[in-house]
Amino acid sequence: MADGHKLEIFRGLVKFKSNTQKIWGVLAFLTLITAVEVVLGIIKPASLTDTYVLGMKLINWIFIILTLVKAYYIAWDFMHLRDEKSALRRAIVWTPIFLVIYLVFILLVEADYIYNVYKDGFISWNF
Amino acid sequence: MNSTVTTGTETSVWGGGNQPLGASYGKLMMWFFLVSDALTFSGFLAAYGFSRFKFIETWPIADEVFTHVPFFHGNYPMIYVALMTFILIMSSVTMVLAVDAGHKMKQNAVAWYMFATVIGGIIFVGSQAWEWGTFIKGDHGALETKGGRILQFVKADTGERASLADFAASIPDDRVVHERKNGLWFFQEPTLTSVSLTEVVEGFKADSNILIRTEQINEEGEKTLLDRKASLAKIGEATQVVEGANLIHNEYGSRLFADFFFFITGFHGFHVFSGVVINIIIFFNVVIGTYERRGHYEMVEKVGLYWHFVDLVWVFVFTFFYLV
Repeated sequence: MADGHKLEIFRGLVKFKSNTQKIWGVLAFLTLITAVEVVLGIIKPASLTDTYVLGMKLINWIFIILTLVKAYYIAWDFMHLRDEKSALRRAIVWTPIFLVIYLVFILLVEADYIYNVYKDGFISWNF
Repeated sequence: MNSTVTTGTETSVWGGGNQPLGASYGKLMMWFFLVSDALTFSGFLAAYGFSRFKFIETWPIADEVFTHVPFFHGNYPMIYVALMTFILIMSSVTMVLAVDAGHKMKQNAVAWYMFATVIGGIIFVGSQAWEWGTFIKGDHGALETKGGRILQFVKADTGERASLADFAASIPDDRVVHERKNGLWFFQEPTLTSVSLTEVVEGFKADSNILIRTEQINEEGEKTLLDRKASLAKIGEATQVVEGANLIHNEYGSRLFADFFFFITGFHGFHVFSGVVINIIIFFNVVIGTYERRGHYEMVEKVGLYWHFVDLVWVFVFTFFYLV
């Protein structure tokens, strides 16, 4: 096990000499992403908050994508999925991803429908 | 009589004892648990998204809710949660280092890294408790209308939030908390708010510098500020004073926001807490040499998976509660 670690991240762009070094490298990367998120969250550049992509602000898409990137590196390097067999990795990763996308799609579409009922229907709730 | 012992060296694939996924039973079961737990958290976060999309125009803005840092006065949105996130990621790192040291059979290093992980976990849970305390205590106070909507107050000249105590009139009133011991029957009431509704309304009418801010989010993504005339009309709809947040009333806006905040961060905090307890148990096992005698530190690895999962969930909670 000790030498079974894959030490490359970013598709081989960065290769570490030891597992310990890789851990610190990933920490630096995760910290950088968190810092970017916080800075964006405090500044909130108008160009990102005023642009809408698929009904959501661009800045929120950026936050969600950065979160998924962070989740990827936590799962791949800290939970060492990178070193597991691909069958195990796929079983663990794709099952929740499929179910979550399905659930989120249903709930958000339904919520948007209810929002419109409240807005245009004869229901008074904001008084 | 060796039929019950499998060594994994059998030539037949169907002979048993082999590990098609290259992971031990314990590790696979940990992954099973983590996948199902991930789905539980996803369910909660999806429900949060549901309520938020349902009330998309009135949902509280997180930057205005979580603005405090311990020992510092002033308005610092996001800073403290970012620090908490970093602490949790850091304790994840010491956990990986413990697992790594375990592979190399370095008992002392594993013990020290486990110790650091436990400390990180405790700091995080403590921070979360502080965050809860601040949220429950409240900030400026607000009024609640008959429809359960929240009216907040803003100073017209500076645009800053006005606390109820800043402008409420002082009307002598001998109203005290009704306690069970004074009642004929088992009646009691929750603690009275620091100012009464009449005091707030009278103070508001007397001070022309105070405006009302509603929950409605306008085109610029900010809460709508009413002018003085509309404010005077709006305050007539108020039915009670709200200070702080609980499951029923929430001075920051939609009460669902508080409900989901308590439920999701509470459930996550419960995971962190149990993670700390499990880490402490493993720490002592390492110290007394259990895994040294067993010949491998796989137990540290399995607990490590759980600990990283807690970190993983926090990354999502952080995004959906504080950033988006």
